[in-house]
Amino acid sequence: MREVAVIGVGLTTFGEKWDTSFRQMCVEAGVKALEDANVDGNQIDEMFVGNMSGGRFVLQEHISALIADAVGLASTRHIPSTRTEAACASGGLAFRQAYTSVASGMSDIVIAAGVEKMTDVDGGVTTDALAGAADREWEGIYGVTFPSLYAMIARDYMHRYGLTREQLAQVAVKNHYNGARNPIAQFRKEITIDTVLKSTLVADPIRLMDCSPVTDGAAAVILCPLERAKEFTDSPVQILTSTQATDTIALHDRRDISTLDATVAAGNRAFKMAKLERKDIDLVEVHDCFTIAELCAIEDLGFCEKGKAGIMTEEGETALGGRLPVNPSGGLKACGHPVGATGIKQVCEVVEQLRGEAAGRQVDGAEIGMTHNVGGSGATVVTNILRRVN
Amino acid sequence: MSVPRFWRKQPQRYNIIGTKCETCGSHFYPPRTICPQCRRDGKIVDHKFRGTGKVVTFSIIRTASEPYDYEAPFPIAIIELDEGTRMTAPVVCDLDEMEIGMPVQATFRKIVADGDSGMIVYGTKFVPVK
Ligand SMILES: CC(C)(COP(=O)(O)OP(=O)(O)OC[C@H]1O[C@@H](n2cnc3c(N)ncnc32)[C@H](O)[C@@H]1OP(=O)(O)O)[C@@H](O)C(=O)NCCC(=O)NCCS
Ligand SMILES: [Zn+2]
Repeated sequence: MREVAVIGVGLTTFGEKWDTSFRQMCVEAGVKALEDANVDGNQIDEMFVGNMSGGRFVLQEHISALIADAVGLASTRHIPSTRTEAACASGGLAFRQAYTSVASGMSDIVIAAGVEKMTDVDGGVTTDALAGAADREWEGIYGVTFPSLYAMIARDYMHRYGLTREQLAQVAVKNHYNGARNPIAQFRKEITIDTVLKSTLVADPIRLMDCSPVTDGAAAVILCPLERAKEFTDSPVQILTSTQATDTIALHDRRDISTLDATVAAGNRAFKMAKLERKDIDLVEVHDCFTIAELCAIEDLGFCEKGKAGIMTEEGETALGGRLPVNPSGGLKACGHPVGATGIKQVCEVVEQLRGEAAGRQVDGAEIGMTHNVGGSGATVVTNILRRVN
Repeated sequence: MSVPRFWRKQPQRYNIIGTKCETCGSHFYPPRTICPQCRRDGKIVDHKFRGTGKVVTFSIIRTASEPYDYEAPFPIAIIELDEGTRMTAPVVCDLDEMEIGMPVQATFRKIVADGDSGMIVYGTKFVPVK
């Protein structure tokens, strides 16, 4: 295995991008990443594109070829291009595949991208397409939505650990504060606990302000062997590990409703492989598709005891400037959640933080960062740990 | 959901027929054809469930997907059947009646209609045990 580095990142703005097409978004993020890495398209050996549901959202499959074609690498260089899909963890998978491709020596310079265009269809269709990330025959058939699955986790969690509605709301308040400082974020406005408590119920006890939104957006990163990284950039970021784990597709089959065992497994593998301890992490981008998901992630990754993340959040430990800043980007909640792009966007944020380029939301002196990307209600999890190269 | 896709599992849905692993005694509903513990050493046979259980956790779906939006708001729950396995299903009761630990029993109901003239899907919902 070779050591691997991220040498470039690129993001579109996130939001309702009615004037920008699916392929245009992905091209924009890819070109920005190439510019950032000082890499020419001719040097790219391989491409991975994370996308959950082009088929439902824009009636487009065969995303891998579409994007390779749109960036001009299909008809000219015929590079291998692969789409990865694991619902909201599709981007995480693309990143991990790119990592293994470079680490194994198969390819040298690889681009990993993620893209989703969710706002071209009606809300009811979006909700149904997202429900495909759960078990269609035994959950979806009864009308189960994603907010309702996480609502069932929240209900179980509140019942068992005494989490208060206000503590849960504080996750959204904190993430909106961070998002207000991120130029690409979908929602750049601060909110209060009251804003959350007064927002409409989507699936009790989950309210609109507990949910990540429906978003268009794309993200891309360029990877190469660590030993070549300095050819391209003065500030490479090393990938210490990239891990992935699975659990049952249906929430009802989990060992414990409020624990994502796949997060526990992927996290434990990551810390073991990177030979690091929890306290070594300076910041973490976690998969807060709903406020409750952020609390579960903090605990299941081992940053605090089960049932304690609500208090940790309430006391400001996860805020910018806290003991462990969580979701400095604004997370899925405020930055937005174009499902296939999210896993790559998290890596972009960590890279910007480690390079000291996250003006306005910079975690001081950040050296080691982590990402955590979840597919469905916890059936797929990808975690990555990255370190600044001095 | 397409007609054949629903029809294939009709007996299991209508009558709560799942499976059981005779090697380790685990029950599965929804049915599994491989026991995750025993895998190829497992012996899977059909098993008819009693249809009684309790609410483990629940939500009230207010923003629904198509074509379930006609039914919203409606309660959805994870039910633990008395045999020990868990399933997801709607519960038919007042919204404020829902409670963790509430005893429920299965009932045969319409699940959803695909528009005014489309297929009607029937299956298992739950009602509180009075
Ligand atoms: C929560 C949800 C149903 C709201 O959708 P909606 O009811 O159609 O909301 P609308 O699009 O009508 O928006 C109404 C307003 O709320 C805002 N809004 C919508 N979703 C929001 C969110 N999640 N957070 C904050 N504001 C939101 C909109 O910007 C709009 O504001 P405006 O009136 O100032 O323009 C939708 O965001 C959703 O489905 N989120 C979950 C996505 C999901 O499941 N992702 C996969 C996770 S695994
Ligand atoms: Zn068995």
